[in-house]
Amino acid sequence: MATTPETTERYAGLSAEQLIDMYRQMVLIRVFEEKCQEMYTRAKIGGFLHLYVGQEAVAVGTINALKPEDHIITHYRDHGHALARGLDPKALMAELFGKATGCAAGLGGSMHFVDVSKRFWGGYAIVGSHLLMACGMGTALKLQKKPEVVMVFFGDGATNGGEFYEALNFAKLGKLPVVFVCENNLFAMGTPIAVHSSVQEIYRKACAFDMTAERVDGNDLIATYEAALRAVEHARSGQGPVLLECVTYRLRGHSAQDTQKYRTKEEIEKYRARDPNQVFRKKLIEDGILSEEQAQQIERQMEQVVDEAVQFADQSPPAEEKWLDPTSAYANPIADKY
Amino acid sequence: MAVMTVREALRAELREWLKDDRVFIIGEDIGYYGSTYGVTAGFLEEYGPEKIRDAPIAEAGIVGVGIGAAMLGMRPIVEIMSVNFSLLAFDQIINHAAKLYYMFGGQMQCPLVLRTTNGWRNLSATHSQAFDTMFAYVPGLKVVAPATPADMKALFRAAMEDPDPVIFIEHTLMYGVKGEVPDDYQAKIGESRLAREGKDVTIVTYSRPVHLCMEVAEKLSKEEGIECEIIDLRTIRPLDMSKALTSFRKTNRAVVVSEEWQSHGVQAEVVARLYEHGFDYVDAPIERVGYVEVPFPYATNLENQVVVTPERIEAAIRKVLE
Repeated sequence: MATTPETTERYAGLSAEQLIDMYRQMVLIRVFEEKCQEMYTRAKIGGFLHLYVGQEAVAVGTINALKPEDHIITHYRDHGHALARGLDPKALMAELFGKATGCAAGLGGSMHFVDVSKRFWGGYAIVGSHLLMACGMGTALKLQKKPEVVMVFFGDGATNGGEFYEALNFAKLGKLPVVFVCENNLFAMGTPIAVHSSVQEIYRKACAFDMTAERVDGNDLIATYEAALRAVEHARSGQGPVLLECVTYRLRGHSAQDTQKYRTKEEIEKYRARDPNQVFRKKLIEDGILSEEQAQQIERQMEQVVDEAVQFADQSPPAEEKWLDPTSAYANPIADKY
Repeated sequence: MAVMTVREALRAELREWLKDDRVFIIGEDIGYYGSTYGVTAGFLEEYGPEKIRDAPIAEAGIVGVGIGAAMLGMRPIVEIMSVNFSLLAFDQIINHAAKLYYMFGGQMQCPLVLRTTNGWRNLSATHSQAFDTMFAYVPGLKVVAPATPADMKALFRAAMEDPDPVIFIEHTLMYGVKGEVPDDYQAKIGESRLAREGKDVTIVTYSRPVHLCMEVAEKLSKEEGIECEIIDLRTIRPLDMSKALTSFRKTNRAVVVSEEWQSHGVQAEVVARLYEHGFDYVDAPIERVGYVEVPFPYATNLENQVVVTPERIEAAIRKVLE
């Protein structure tokens, strides 16, 4: 199926093939996350599990605006970013199962997905702290005179901590090639934004640093993609950092154990009607870019991919005991002497 | 063989590293101001603002920038002017620098050297502390605290060559200490040093108190023929107890001296290991000398009694020899 000149314009110049691939990524994230919830309930996954359901358009829209040589560093709700970047679902599920074949050898778990070969520099679980590391990465790229950018993800909750302000100052002072992507899902864990932030339009916080900033509907894949393209181009061209606020809503709890007392069923239903995956699917079908049959085929394929990931994780060996040796915490191991 | 101060030794080694494209220094007042303790004085003019990066007063940011740059292949030297300010960066140091390699299954390295200073002198409670033990407590960090100009230079080189994050502890009252720095001198992280031979008592120490202990040892030798054997740990994580234990098995008496509050610190760890691995050789309870356990007072008469002094070290030695 081909796009017409009119649809090409409406879809940010993306080809039908690219659009369908982006839909595939959104479905993969959704199916992966729903399977994680199931595996958590069956005690195959432990610890904290923060699902990305409802925010798919943010990860897919922004990460597709990057080149393979660009860098990503993110927060603990990191499954969506990892999958959009093309990390292997098998290695991710194995990580959740605590297996040796996991992307972090079973040492990191849900909050610490990583694949340095994909320039995916990890999920970080101390809110806001990795924004400063993104500035260090930007500093390195600048000193190395590389035309690469760093994209760093964080939530609305992170913008109240000191690290956010230190990071924006460092980035702007150094004109660093960093794109700050705030996923404003309206809650800091279980605290509504009106309770946790004096300014609820997060992008306005950038003006204290005279930093370029933009607010976009993070449930609208194409709008998010276009805004991310602008931000990435700005950072790559040497004009310095950008703050991109993507307004979205998570359809599941903060973590898998969240009873969600802080919001009503009606509110969740209201946002369910704006489910980014359903909105995009409908749009692609209406515009003749995707057929209903094709959509269903993609959905079946992604279920198969995730089922295979579960099978792989299940059959993988447990995390290696070599990691119990105290010197294994070091790249250059030196033991105590007696 | 050159005679240098601690400051000169550090400056010489920093100059060597600044030739490397991967290296930059980031910290507060290291450039325009001319460096609080003079270690990087004049470097800005010589190496320029990309290499000598004056940072905002934002310690978490300074360390975070160092970590991110290290992840992408740089060899940053991060200066935290006073260890008291490192508390603002503890999340970066402990939750990130120390964890990256292990938590991501060995995929990432964090070759960061964090220079900082212990020290005191009429600075009161928030500017006179030592947190050696808080760094050394954390798996993933290496903690180095040399005493002599030669070790300062050699261990700084070792820290820069190491792929892991290294906390490099200096002392504000030690920059003027002089010593010989042989051209081919080398020292390794995780290896202690026999600083003085003796048969009567073992003194285990590191950083500035090494010099105080040497002074007391010379006095006791000259005046009374008491011979102290002094072990300079040089690195406190990883900890090399081999020389201390060999000495303890010979002298059967030990004093542990460091500039830190006496309880819960490196001293406690060293004393525990001496007992664990030298139990059969104990002739007297091990003594320790550290800061008196109050927040630091400003007034000189009080401060002089809180800190580690030659008099207190001598008294501890006499006690274990009783």
